[in-house]
Amino acid sequence: MTTYSATVTVRLKQGVLDPEAQTTKQALERLGFELDSLSSVDQFEIELDAESENSARERVTEMTERLLANPTMHDYEVTLDQR
Amino acid sequence: MTVAVIQFGGSNCDRDTVRALDALDIDAELVWHEDGLPADVDGIVLPGGFSYGDYLRAGAMAAQSPILEDVRTVTEEGKPVLGICNGAQIGCESSLTPGAFTVNKSARFQCEHVHLRVENAETPWTSGYNKGDVVTFPIAHGEGRFEIADERLEELEAENRVLFRYCDANGNITDEANPNGSKHNIAGITGERDSVAVMMPHPERASLADIGTTDGQDVLRAFAQT
Repeated sequence: MTTYSATVTVRLKQGVLDPEAQTTKQALERLGFELDSLSSVDQFEIELDAESENSARERVTEMTERLLANPTMHDYEVTLDQR
Repeated sequence: MTVAVIQFGGSNCDRDTVRALDALDIDAELVWHEDGLPADVDGIVLPGGFSYGDYLRAGAMAAQSPILEDVRTVTEEGKPVLGICNGAQIGCESSLTPGAFTVNKSARFQCEHVHLRVENAETPWTSGYNKGDVVTFPIAHGEGRFEIADERLEELEAENRVLFRYCDANGNITDEANPNGSKHNIAGITGERDSVAVMMPHPERASLADIGTTDGQDVLRAFAQT
């Protein structure tokens, strides 16, 4: 068994409105910053033991599809590091 | 027969729902989600509230409760199942109904009375209204914006599965009358069977004459038809 650390990034699909990010962008502009766009993402860090990188990736992907992301609104990516 | 109103940690419209059903002489009882459904259950309400503190996404945690599998079985028997507000979010998160309810366009919690236009009066939930009727229900949510992929939305509308849309006092579907930025002003939909429905507005808070409008009673009467 090897310990892996996985990072799952969940972001809204292109075209899905993000009112919180818009509000945050406006707040930055109110502070005098100039910026073209701002989006927010959720990031999860997971540690797990697995036989192989593939099986670790498979499990983390399943966790993401079952709970961490909502396929109606979200795209996600999974990156893995061996610890 | 009884209607099970399922309580999760953080549900807060559960007792209101039982009271509203009682007022219509519909037998209802509170059921803690870990206790499973009573054997004689003839309908289910997933009530409003803030189950699991809205962690991750509103409804996401409750949707993983094992009782949702039992709820699915009940829906397959054709018995009425209604998700209200947080219950609607749970319904979408558990795929009883399509789409998702997410952060209001205003990024604020909105608590107000809204006008709804009845879009389909041929469902158990709307048979007490006429198509095109304008009714008044309260809303109270921060995550009520209905999101769905455009092609799924087209299907949903083609299949006549929209129950209510947010409208103005005259029944016009406008952006101004859309309190949360929902796609096509959608406030409530049915599942694949029309015995399953979810809606963000609160029919149970519009069911007792003492507290104002009783427009919501007809939605709850679906439970008397079984």
